[in-house]
Amino acid sequence: MNSQYWSWETFLEAFPIILEGLKITLGLTVVSYLLAMLAGFIWLVLEATPWRPFNLIIYWVREFIRSTPPIVQIFFLYFAWPMVPYVGMSFTPFVAAMLALGIHFSTYISEVYRSGIDSVEKGQREASTALNLSTKDRWLNVILPQALPPTIPMLGNYLIILFKEVPLAATIGVVGILSIARSYGAQTWSYIEPLTIVALLFLLLSYPSALLINKLEGKMNRRFDKKQKKVGVSE
Amino acid sequence: MEPIVKYDDVHKSFGDTHVLKGINLDIYPSEKIAIIGPSGSGKTTIIRLLMTLEEPTDGDIIVAGENLWKMEVGGKKKRANEKHLRSVRKDIGMVFQHFNLFPHKTILDNCVMPLVKVKKYKKKEAEEEARRMLDRVGLGDKYDAYPANLSGGQKQRVAMARALVMKPKIMLFDEVTSALDPELVGEVLEVIRDLAEHDEMAMVLVTHEMDFALEIADRVLFLDDGVIAESGTAEEVINQSENPRLQDFLKRFRNSSS
Repeated sequence: MNSQYWSWETFLEAFPIILEGLKITLGLTVVSYLLAMLAGFIWLVLEATPWRPFNLIIYWVREFIRSTPPIVQIFFLYFAWPMVPYVGMSFTPFVAAMLALGIHFSTYISEVYRSGIDSVEKGQREASTALNLSTKDRWLNVILPQALPPTIPMLGNYLIILFKEVPLAATIGVVGILSIARSYGAQTWSYIEPLTIVALLFLLLSYPSALLINKLEGKMNRRFDKKQKKVGVSE
Repeated sequence: MEPIVKYDDVHKSFGDTHVLKGINLDIYPSEKIAIIGPSGSGKTTIIRLLMTLEEPTDGDIIVAGENLWKMEVGGKKKRANEKHLRSVRKDIGMVFQHFNLFPHKTILDNCVMPLVKVKKYKKKEAEEEARRMLDRVGLGDKYDAYPANLSGGQKQRVAMARALVMKPKIMLFDEVTSALDPELVGEVLEVIRDLAEHDEMAMVLVTHEMDFALEIADRVLFLDDGVIAESGTAEEVINQSENPRLQDFLKRFRNSSS
């Protein structure tokens, strides 16, 4: 490679500087995702309220959030929200990005939860009724233990997708690895090395996670067979 | 003697389909009842209403003096809420065609969990009780197995043990042998026969095992087109009834099973 375009020296100098930003990038990923998991659950509860006009409003709000690009939502929360009358307030860039990404992804995650719950056979609810389980025990002991494990691979996929959306936060000044790489480039006129480092960091974190999820997925598909092996089958 | 369950002119429609067209039925404590009749005649629906899996369109079901689907609030009758349903259905148990065991729990836990959660047993007492019941249905060597590694007949026996530990006063059997391979039917019927002979609870069987039903039932109901068309002892219903629809049903049944 022509040293005019690529310098290992620059690469080695930039690497630790950019790595500093990983804390923010990963931190934003984790808190956004936790918010998404929580809010995803809240969507389901809101949708389950028996008052139909309210359900319809919730449905359309969620559709609206889902169909709007995350970057528009980030800009809205950061630049426009402070100007909204009564409820408006200003957020730090980190908080604005966390809210926007968390709420955007919560719309997907509530669908994942929904698919998990729908995958539990109707007979399981009927058996719970026949045994006179309370609503709480039915959810905690019958439905959720069966509904959640199959969703783990899907939840993992959304975590990786969210991770790759986090650099959007650079546009409002969250100082993650992308922001640092960009300012490093602006100061030194070397863009190739720092941006390559950013790409490599994403690859290094995403790819093993994807492999792990594939493994989990296989495990989930075989989960009842495995128990069978453990206890041993006579015959 | 007072009936433990009373159906009073009970109707049930699914959309435009009028499945039950006025069921009147008294079930007495410890009585063994078999419900027979053509497919689609509403046999299963009768017991699903009692188990509160379906809500009647009209009429009342009284369980031990309490109206199952209606409750009184300030002197007015209202649709029962979950709390009311829970208090009334505590004496009713059910075994399903497709077993409906909890696949994520061992067969011991299938029986222990409802005892602990609903009957508030201590875990140790619940395990003892569950073991005793699993022994009774002949599965004493399988406590730690998961439902996935049992045969259909074994699964159904676990399902019976799970329903029995709750000590219901009325036990409902919804075509419990219909999903089984023919060679596994016998072991399940054997358990039911044992219950019918030795247990005090009332039993209602919806079944296609005609000979078995006639053998163990105190009373046989022939359900036809949403009403109880014949009711009596096996002897009365089979040999003395002139009902042409019943004769036709029995003839078709004999032909298909021989």
